[in-house]
Amino acid sequence: MRTGTLERLAARSPRRLAGTTPASSARRRPDRLWRLRLYVAGQTPRSLTAFANLTKICENHLKGRYDIEVIDLLEQPQLSQGDQILAIPTLVRKLPQPMRKIIGDLSDTGRVLVGLDLRAAK
Amino acid sequence: MNARSRLNHNGASSTFPAPRLPRCPTGIHGLDEITGGGLPRGRPTLVCGGAGCGKTLFAAEFLVRGAAQFGEPGVFMSFEETDAELTSNVASLGFDLAGLVRRKKIVLDHVYLERSEIQETGEYDLEGLFVRLNHAIDSVGARRVVLDTVEALFAGLPNEAILRAELRRLFRWLKDKGVTGVITAERGREQLTRHGLEEYVSDCVILLDHRVHDQIATRHLRVVKYRGALHGTNEFPFLIGEDGLSVLPITSLGLNHKVSSARISTGIPRLDAMLGGRGFFRGSSILLTGTPGTGKTSVASCFAQGAARRGDRVLFFSFEESPNQIIRNMRSIGLRLEPLVQRGCLRFHAARPTLCGLEMHLATMFREIAAFRPSVVIVDPITSLLTAGTDYETKGMVTRLIDFLKAGQVTSLFTSLTHGGHALQQSEIAMSSLMDSWMLVQDFEGNGERNRVLYVLKARGMAHSNQVREFLISNRGIDLVDAYIGPSGVLTGASRVAQAAREKAEALAGQQEAARRKRELEHKRGTLEQRIAGLRSDYETEELDLRRLDEQAGTRTRVLTAERTELARLRQADAHRIAAHVPAQPKPRGPR
Repeated sequence: MRTGTLERLAARSPRRLAGTTPASSARRRPDRLWRLRLYVAGQTPRSLTAFANLTKICENHLKGRYDIEVIDLLEQPQLSQGDQILAIPTLVRKLPQPMRKIIGDLSDTGRVLVGLDLRAAK
Repeated sequence: MNARSRLNHNGASSTFPAPRLPRCPTGIHGLDEITGGGLPRGRPTLVCGGAGCGKTLFAAEFLVRGAAQFGEPGVFMSFEETDAELTSNVASLGFDLAGLVRRKKIVLDHVYLERSEIQETGEYDLEGLFVRLNHAIDSVGARRVVLDTVEALFAGLPNEAILRAELRRLFRWLKDKGVTGVITAERGREQLTRHGLEEYVSDCVILLDHRVHDQIATRHLRVVKYRGALHGTNEFPFLIGEDGLSVLPITSLGLNHKVSSARISTGIPRLDAMLGGRGFFRGSSILLTGTPGTGKTSVASCFAQGAARRGDRVLFFSFEESPNQIIRNMRSIGLRLEPLVQRGCLRFHAARPTLCGLEMHLATMFREIAAFRPSVVIVDPITSLLTAGTDYETKGMVTRLIDFLKAGQVTSLFTSLTHGGHALQQSEIAMSSLMDSWMLVQDFEGNGERNRVLYVLKARGMAHSNQVREFLISNRGIDLVDAYIGPSGVLTGASRVAQAAREKAEALAGQQEAARRKRELEHKRGTLEQRIAGLRSDYETEELDLRRLDEQAGTRTRVLTAERTELARLRQADAHRIAAHVPAQPKPRGPR
């Protein structure tokens, strides 16, 4: 795979803006936009797995209200400092606050949901 | 000439051969001497130690000096302190980290990990760290990298197996990258580092330590390992001063100081006379021991004044009195130190011994000496520093100080306070062996007064007096006078004066006695002579009588003989027989 594939994948992923569905619950605020950022370093199988896992989870749980930005640190190494990225791949939940970080290839769906605060920890 | 550079040169050239591995100079005072030139170039070095032992400062100095002095930009990746914290922390050591960052000589990167924010969901690696580091290195063309303290990752990342594998890869990667690295790590209980990093970084390991002994902390540095190179394996004290770290190599092991045969006056003429007539050797070390109040500081000040007046630069370390107090007190014995201070020939440095640890004192002294460049240094008293460390440490410190001074051809006078009793000389043996000359000032108590005497116990390389001298302090300064040495022992002070008076009186009395006896004898002789004259006249009278008797006897004999001859002739006897018969019959009349 060539560089930029992930970006293309990201571009194809559904992007829906917040506000299309009226707020039903003040506490969960499901209408809010989920802004997610996935850091990868090159087109490694692990990165691709992580991206695939992420889109699947988002489609299942956040359909229509998420936004995934993929950052390849090999191309933009200066961005690693801002979100304190060490591990690859790292998924950062920028919104809603507070920020959360999930490291790994996101293969453990249950932990990803806990990490994203979509499901309470057992 | 800079004393420090000379010392360094000395130590390096005498102890270590030319380095085989390329070295990366740290610029840290003393460390480059111990390691024979610096850290191994292009390899990571592990610096481990407990909390607060100076790991971060070590790393920061390595980086800052690299960037500022050796033209090697660096990356400081901090896992503990933020950039702002780091900058302000090292600013206290005079490092302008912010300026170097602005000039693109150094990159600071604070890596922050919060475990509670991180959820682990499957496989990962630390490529992000590599990317960051690589980016930082490339952005300034860094030749040096610091990772401080990489072990923080163990707290931040849950999967230790991945972390270990990644760290191994990281150190390998650093080596491949050709950067010289300093990796700091916490000291572990049973191993060098808490997480066993020494397994991965095995080229050079430096251990820092901060020990408290008798409430005074001393920092130590030890090069545990230096693959492929000779290095000093001892524990070296080091300190963190105003200009960064200073590692203090114990001594220049070679004992190859230059020596001078020039002399320097003691400032006391009679003392010069005791020391072969010309005073101390220049560049020698002198110990002056004495019990309290024996005038050690006065002798030292006398020496200082004499030297400063002749144009030597004198540095006076005082650990008991403040400079003003010394100046005032010395004025009372006729020493004028203030003008010399004002002229800049004499400088005082006063500090309480308990102010800081021994090493700190030593470093301060080194710094003062390097800054003032004196040709005479006085330490008053060196024993005060004993309270700041153990005997062994103090001896080590004095050794280093003496070596440092000798290397710089500085004449040094150390006063040493001893307590009374027989331990007077014993306690100083450890120190005295380091000294070239040793003078002892002692109290003599007796007749309700104390008097001071001075001996020269040893003076290497000169014919010195073995005599005890009484040591007088008056408002005209110090003078030495001959003590009275006679049948009743050594007398000083009033008893010496009294003894002198007594002797004078005795001598006078003796003279008078002799005169009297002379008169007596003459009288006696006169009498005898008179008697002799009387006897002689008696003798002469008797002799006269004797002669008269003899004459009468002779006359009678002749008459008798004539009568007998006549008788014989008449009887017609043999003339011959008669003539022969005469003397055989002296008393011819007897039988008749």
